[in-house]
Amino acid sequence: MYTQGLDQAGNDKQSGVETAEQLAAFQKRVDAEEKIEAKDWMPEAYRRTLIRQISQHAHSEIIGMQPEGNWLTRAPSLKRKAILLAKVQDEAGHGLYLYSAAETLGVSRDQMVADLLSGKAKYSSIFNYPTLTWADIGAIGWLVDGAAIMNQIPLCRCSYGPYARAMVRVCKEESFHQRQGFDIMLTLCRGTAAQKAMAQDALNRWWWPSLMMFGPNDTESKHSAQSMAWKIKRFSNDELRQKFVDVTVQQAEFLGIRVPDDELSFDPESGHYTFGEIDWQEFIDVVAGNGPCNKQRLEKRQYAHNEGEWVRAAAQAYASKQAARAAA
Amino acid sequence: MSADQTLIAYTLRLADNALILAQRMIELVAAEPELEEELANANFALDYIGQARMLYSHAGELEGNGRSEDEFAFMRDEHEFRNLLLLEQPNGHFGDALVRQFLFEAFYLHLLEALIACSDQGLSEIAARAIKEVKYHNRHSAQWLVRLGDGTEFSRERVQASLDNAWRYTGEMFTGDDIDVAFQRDFDGPNLNAIRDLWKRDVERTVTEATLRLPDEQWMVSGGKQGQHSEHFGFLLAEMQYLQRSFPSATW
Amino acid sequence: MSKQEWPLYEVFIRSKAGLSHRHAGSLHAADDQMALSNARDTYTRRSEGVSLWVVRSDRIVASDPTETSAFFEPAEDKIYRHPTFYEIPEGVENL
Repeated sequence: MYTQGLDQAGNDKQSGVETAEQLAAFQKRVDAEEKIEAKDWMPEAYRRTLIRQISQHAHSEIIGMQPEGNWLTRAPSLKRKAILLAKVQDEAGHGLYLYSAAETLGVSRDQMVADLLSGKAKYSSIFNYPTLTWADIGAIGWLVDGAAIMNQIPLCRCSYGPYARAMVRVCKEESFHQRQGFDIMLTLCRGTAAQKAMAQDALNRWWWPSLMMFGPNDTESKHSAQSMAWKIKRFSNDELRQKFVDVTVQQAEFLGIRVPDDELSFDPESGHYTFGEIDWQEFIDVVAGNGPCNKQRLEKRQYAHNEGEWVRAAAQAYASKQAARAAA
Repeated sequence: MSADQTLIAYTLRLADNALILAQRMIELVAAEPELEEELANANFALDYIGQARMLYSHAGELEGNGRSEDEFAFMRDEHEFRNLLLLEQPNGHFGDALVRQFLFEAFYLHLLEALIACSDQGLSEIAARAIKEVKYHNRHSAQWLVRLGDGTEFSRERVQASLDNAWRYTGEMFTGDDIDVAFQRDFDGPNLNAIRDLWKRDVERTVTEATLRLPDEQWMVSGGKQGQHSEHFGFLLAEMQYLQRSFPSATW
Repeated sequence: MSKQEWPLYEVFIRSKAGLSHRHAGSLHAADDQMALSNARDTYTRRSEGVSLWVVRSDRIVASDPTETSAFFEPAEDKIYRHPTFYEIPEGVENL
């Protein structure tokens, strides 16, 4: 699962037909922790926010298959190959669950896929970084899935029922993802000097992009307050980021590799780590499409989609013929 | 060749088939025509990786020199692999990969059925597990072949060409060599002639349902079972074995 | 070539014999058999089930949320339908 504070690019139109009474009644339901279901009345902006967030989340799963898929054919043991394949398969499954959840809000998968392929829809910026060594597979599991888990566990309690239910399934299935990543890192760190160097290099490259996954700082985050009020979001970007840093730094120490942040230090007073400033320009650039792999990721998806068109059409033609034969 | 050597060689052929097909299938990850098909392809590839691991481990135990599954998979050279040529062929488009899967599994299903009855307990147990997986794959592939064959005009022509192109690799499945003969004799192994008839019957049935035609009798290519591979194969191995070869002493 | 998307199906899984089928999620498939395959490959990867139902989503007849109160609230005051409504005197057993 790879959501991030992808709450940029919002252009929610407030529809004029929503009365103050409707909005208040809706908010009351949300405040009472009632789940909102697909056919219930909901503010248009709530629907749009969810469609945007869930579809971006789904797209992230689908694009996320690529950087890890990049090492499937080269995995260094049959056991690792099987584990990685099961993980990448889960990502396909999670994309599927999430598209389904978004479909309950009245948008088709076709439309969402079209938005992804045209570049209109966003996905998590982390997948626009390349996986250059086997250690990157470890780092993705450990850091990227670790960061994702921080985000996704609260989403299991999201006010929108279909999203919350999809997330429960996702979280349950993903519980092995971070562990397998850490296990790869641990094996490398206990291995040869070259392997340990590989692990350190991966941490160097994935650390900051992982912190960016939590999205902009709270002061910059446009939609956070509304999403919190609607109980789509339960914790702020900065709260989750801090939690991630606190647990991950200790894991890095256990591995014996160094987090690439000179300003990192433990503050005994607050019980938290303080850390350096994220390069937000890099974040903005990658989200804008200028990361190392944006073009490549999208092109691969477009290619697969186009190459599959005749197959989807054939299956449909067959189904129509079968239906006609059954009717005759 | 002693009976033990026959058994090891035969087991390794099966293992190589499973691994090489799995390797080709995982090249298809993130390239399937629809999301649901990603899940299916990954499931089937996982089944094959699982089979390869069991078979290599069994071969390693029979050999008794402590060779691990990974040593078989990653530290042998091209000529030591004994998989069918059909399975190492590049994926092509969805129809090509599907036809490869379908033609092989229509054979493999009957082979496994026969292997359950063989006298080597280890192989028999592995076959009993694998056959459940392959039965399901076969159902899936056969249905897809019918969808493509009886789909659009375009898809029919395309998958007919896939069938025509793959056909010349099917002879190798049934061409018994010394190892096949010895395995049948010494271990109550499969009778390839009998399997050919069953295969032909099953393939013909699905092909007909798919409104396709069986390719004509033609010259068949072989060599994979003896370690003579196609040019593609070296690249497949180079990619698959790269890390193990670059860091020979490392554990992963 | 038609560019319409494959229809949506709902998936129901019986997790073990003795339990009823429960809704697990949705998926797309071109036909019923494909829906069954896709359900198997998507929703039973971790031994979640022993039996599957799939049904096209557009074939499901559902109650309307705007009628929720008319449909379901009248049952709420019929508390005498529940055993806890009745007081059992001390000393009476097996009731």
